[in-house]
Amino acid sequence: MKKVANDIRQDIIRMTCEAGSGHPGGSLSSVEVMVSLYFNVMKQDPKNPAWDGRDRFVLSKGHVCPVLYASLARRGYFPVDELLTLRKLGSRLQGHPHRLKLECLETSSGSLGQGLSISVGMAIGLRMDKKNPRVYCLMGDGELQEGQIWEAAMSGAHYRLDNLCGIVDVNGLQIDGKTKDVKNLDPLADKWRAFGWHAIEVDGHDIQSLINAFHEAEKTKGKPTVILAKTVKGKGVSFMENNAEWHGKPPSKEEAAKALHELEENILKG
Amino acid sequence: MSDKKSGLNEALHLAPNIYDKVEKIPTRNGYGHGLVELGHTNKNVVALCADLSDSTRALWFAEKFPDRFVEVGISEQDMMGIAAGLAAVGKIPYVSTYGVFSTGRAWDQMRTTVAYGDFNVRIASAHGGVSVGADGATHQSLEEIALSRVLPNMKVVVPADYWETKKATLASADIHGPMVIRFGREKVPVVTTEKTPFTFGKAETFRFGNDVTVFACGPMVYEALIAAKELEKRNIDVRVVNMHTVKPLDTRAIIDAAKETGAIVTAEEHQVNGGFGSAIAEVVVENYPVPMKRVGVLDRFGESGEPDQLMVEFNLKSTDIIKAIEDVLKRKKK
Repeated sequence: MKKVANDIRQDIIRMTCEAGSGHPGGSLSSVEVMVSLYFNVMKQDPKNPAWDGRDRFVLSKGHVCPVLYASLARRGYFPVDELLTLRKLGSRLQGHPHRLKLECLETSSGSLGQGLSISVGMAIGLRMDKKNPRVYCLMGDGELQEGQIWEAAMSGAHYRLDNLCGIVDVNGLQIDGKTKDVKNLDPLADKWRAFGWHAIEVDGHDIQSLINAFHEAEKTKGKPTVILAKTVKGKGVSFMENNAEWHGKPPSKEEAAKALHELEENILKG
Repeated sequence: MSDKKSGLNEALHLAPNIYDKVEKIPTRNGYGHGLVELGHTNKNVVALCADLSDSTRALWFAEKFPDRFVEVGISEQDMMGIAAGLAAVGKIPYVSTYGVFSTGRAWDQMRTTVAYGDFNVRIASAHGGVSVGADGATHQSLEEIALSRVLPNMKVVVPADYWETKKATLASADIHGPMVIRFGREKVPVVTTEKTPFTFGKAETFRFGNDVTVFACGPMVYEALIAAKELEKRNIDVRVVNMHTVKPLDTRAIIDAAKETGAIVTAEEHQVNGGFGSAIAEVVVENYPVPMKRVGVLDRFGESGEPDQLMVEFNLKSTDIIKAIEDVLKRKKK
């Protein structure tokens, strides 16, 4: 799975470079979360994306769709070559995800703060029908500044949605700087616990720890779980790491070549 | 077809007592009864509310189908998203709150999550218009038509009375994509009957006439019929068209009216800017321009008062429609 994560990182660099725009920083920080979900945790059938029994994934922070598109392509939902159409006219891979363009997407997103509410609705609806699929929702940490997230957090706890698992990509950066300078979110785990959620703090780049956390979430009954994945924005590319500048800036051809070279070397190092 | 005496369209089985002791029922009751009936006939129908279940009549559904009712508390943005999630797993959710909170406060959720995603969410937009009364401007929604009709995929229905609100609610379950159904708080005249046909997207000519056409929606349909009756005395022959579906508009009915009657008045209990009258004007101007006048709220917020007083204060009575008709007839080409 480390190899898949590396492939997806290279895809993200190639896609955003080719598109000439996009969001590499938060895409790179979310890679291990996505690999854990799409290559281990979630029940799904890439040949039948509308399979009723599939686990649902909602990308609330829609701007990191490069990591979602790359994960879906690497998992076999559509050809990897199509990734290079990102953000181009007529592409199924819109700059922010759109469910009507690409069948394997559950929702459209891009306006932050809305995905957890959608996930709550899915979890309630599935439970009404006594269906088993679980619902996963990936949020950004900066996104938690949106009030709607906390409305949804209250709903999730009120309805005791143990079929719902939120993941926060805690990379500590947003467009205008560090989250703690822009509008501080700490103490984050205490906040979620106070809202009635089971909170698990985990290294967001350690795939095994993430998988263990998802299993713990599945075993937690009577309340929803949130996994606070501590990550590094721009992870895997030295000049992008922990630098808010790379939130929404694509690499130039030279920068992309340097990034891809680094990632290739990382594979060799193991 | 036409009753010679009244000019009313007999084929539509309109209420026999429109002009004499008309019955009054709140349109929100039509929503409540329609929703309960849907609960029995369609197992996928679910209802959501944000702490206004009695007022929106969603409570009637909640009492019968508690397992299919989601009380969200005072959080309309969350409610809109939860509704989209329910639709994503095959439910047909009815979001029930006041128009100011659903189409206003939760507009971005309505736009990006519901309309862009083309989810089968029904937005039951209660407390439309100044007739909400004493609560004043904050609760009198006057913008829902403008805020919702601008969104691709969105459908907008503004029923005229109790029966039509019930029929629109029932019909909405089988129509794909998001929809706003706007209704009011107060008792308003019942101009249709259980037998009156309702077809989503199709305007109904309630009264035949060839001198001028009044297109109306919501409780203004009744005011238009009263205006037409009054103008009979002056030998002015007014066509009254009930335009319950504001989006998609029945453009054929509009163009025909422009060609056949040569003058158009619109009537809505809503801001004229961007609202129902504006929507009709867009079709008229692009296809067959004729003199037009819009009756509605003229770029001001509502205020507290008795509903009847407010309808007068905001120029939303049959007398205002008559003035508008006089105006367009003066400008009409002979």
